Amino acid sequence: MYALETRNVTKTYTLEGQPINAVKEVSLAVKPGEFIALVGPSGSGKTTLLAILAALLAPSSGEVMIAGRDLAKLSEGQRVAFRREQIGFTFQANNLVPYLNALENVELMLRLNGKLDKAGRERAKEILTRLGLGNRLHNLPGQMSGGQQQRVAIARALIHNPAVVLADEPTASLDTERAFQVVETFSGLIHEQGRAGIMVTHDLRMVNFTDRVVMMRDGVIAATYETRAEIEALATRGHADEHTAPAPRPQPVGAFNLAAAAV
Amino acid sequence: MTGLSVSLHLATRELWRNRGRFLLFSMVIALITVLVLFIAALAEGLADANRQYLSKLDAQLMVLGDRADGILTASRIGRSRMAAVERVEGVAAAGAIGFSTANVIDPLPKTGSPLRVSLVGVEPGKPGEPPAIQGRGLSTIQAGEVVLDRAVLNQLQIAVGDTLTIQTTQGTQDQTYTLRVVGVSDNQAYLFQPTLFVPMFTWDRIRPKGEGESAASELTVGAIAVRIEDATQAEAVRARLLDSVSRVEVQTVKETYENLPGYSAQQSTLTTQSVFTLLIGVLVIGGFFQIQILQKVPQIGVLKAIGAANSTVGTAAVIQIVLVTAIGVALGSALTLLLSLGMPASVPVAFTGVGVATAIAALLLIGPIGGSVSVRYAIQIEPLRALGL
Repeated sequence: MYALETRNVTKTYTLEGQPINAVKEVSLAVKPGEFIALVGPSGSGKTTLLAILAALLAPSSGEVMIAGRDLAKLSEGQRVAFRREQIGFTFQANNLVPYLNALENVELMLRLNGKLDKAGRERAKEILTRLGLGNRLHNLPGQMSGGQQQRVAIARALIHNPAVVLADEPTASLDTERAFQVVETFSGLIHEQGRAGIMVTHDLRMVNFTDRVVMMRDGVIAATYETRAEIEALATRGHADEHTAPAPRPQPVGAFNLAAAAV
Repeated sequence: MTGLSVSLHLATRELWRNRGRFLLFSMVIALITVLVLFIAALAEGLADANRQYLSKLDAQLMVLGDRADGILTASRIGRSRMAAVERVEGVAAAGAIGFSTANVIDPLPKTGSPLRVSLVGVEPGKPGEPPAIQGRGLSTIQAGEVVLDRAVLNQLQIAVGDTLTIQTTQGTQDQTYTLRVVGVSDNQAYLFQPTLFVPMFTWDRIRPKGEGESAASELTVGAIAVRIEDATQAEAVRARLLDSVSRVEVQTVKETYENLPGYSAQQSTLTTQSVFTLLIGVLVIGGFFQIQILQKVPQIGVLKAIGAANSTVGTAAVIQIVLVTAIGVALGSALTLLLSLGMPASVPVAFTGVGVATAIAALLLIGPIGGSVSVRYAIQIEPLRALGL
């Protein structure tokens, strides 16, 4: 039984009358307790795929099943409820609500789900303490380092026991040492709690902490690395943009206005 | 309920953690509140100073001379018409009222200059005579008596039983008359001036006159105030008065003071100022919250991406707008109260319950109206913005 499964997912946009596939025929399955990395050069479609998996964007065709539910069959209201119940999310930037302290940011997920009780509060404190933020519970995001903020975001992504945890470039604004710490912590918690984790990253060095690496290029899955040896070999290659060989593309995907085209 | 509690949590936390910025903005709303409340009070004060005497009349209708065009200050009507008016069915009582001005030269107010007053001649015991709140009313047989407006009493530092001297122009000569204060009326200003009430025959003797005017055979007054038996029958009595009494105009007391020269123009000017101040308030509040929302676009995107509903985000924005506006209006009202306590009596501001309540209700409404654009914008922000898409 997979926590997340996609079958032939395609997302097509129209630019100046020409259909462009941002994601094309992607089939992917992630088991509970499995942590995968989605890598690829800029414009390869990995963020679009992440948006589809997060129920933020509807695919043009194909099927997305998460926690046994077909996302295509959900109404807009149900998708919002689905995101807060079944998805944990960390983002590249503006991750935390700036006027809520670390503890309140983590509790927010429980609050949104109407499940903030005494036990929930204790669990939020516990997870933050475990992530080394026991003395930062009442600090606002602006009073914490980038690494600390990412750890708060990780705690927020896991506190409500979602089926799937998605991370969009979680190390983009961190130095190397903190980046490794954050991804190692993230990976440890995903494995320990049995969540399905998907991390989008440019930094191939981070894939060492994952169980599988899916390389995307021009909207399709170009390669999958599953064995330890393959993953470690990939990790030594460094940055995705530098070392993968993107095929020539007729149109820059980054120019599309995905928000406007969202269904 | 969960959505509302989340909205309340987000709204209040943001307000509290950025209290300096929001308080500053509440102060801007407070200043707008002070302005609106003072304009409303000034409008009320000016209107009151014009109509105080007329609005307190124990009468419903006013009979004016037929060439007055509804304007009391232009009206001349023979006192003998009073008997004809009183005979009309439905009329309970009628009283002639004469309007003119005089200077009180003794005693002098603190300013040292003669006090300019309205000199109003009334028929003792008839509509037009103000009730005395101290001392007694005017006598029908005694001349040289005066009932004073309380404001005059205070300005001249005199009491019931004292005398005062007024000066008026008779032909080409200034004449002085000494009157004895027998009673005090509530504030009864007419055309911005405090008022001295004297019996009609005294009024006719001492009022300013042009050369030869004193020889006039009939006493001419300004208007006749009419108290009717059944206040709901005002229209019917008005029609009967017009039928039965020749060469007169009849209007309600309210119409009479609204027709006073400049009254309506002044009121509409001040109302326009109030409306424009409120409009400026709408724009200021709208602009502030729009900038706030524009700064928070990625943050709102994240909130929506992690599962906050549009209604949760929109309600949080509305709660903030309402709270910031309410705090601003409360601060502004308190500031207005303090300022009004230190306001000199010569400034015609009058804070009435209805006027203040209307202004405050309008001010509380401008927050949501001004902020509605930003709330709409917040609702429309796509959760995809969290991913930079």
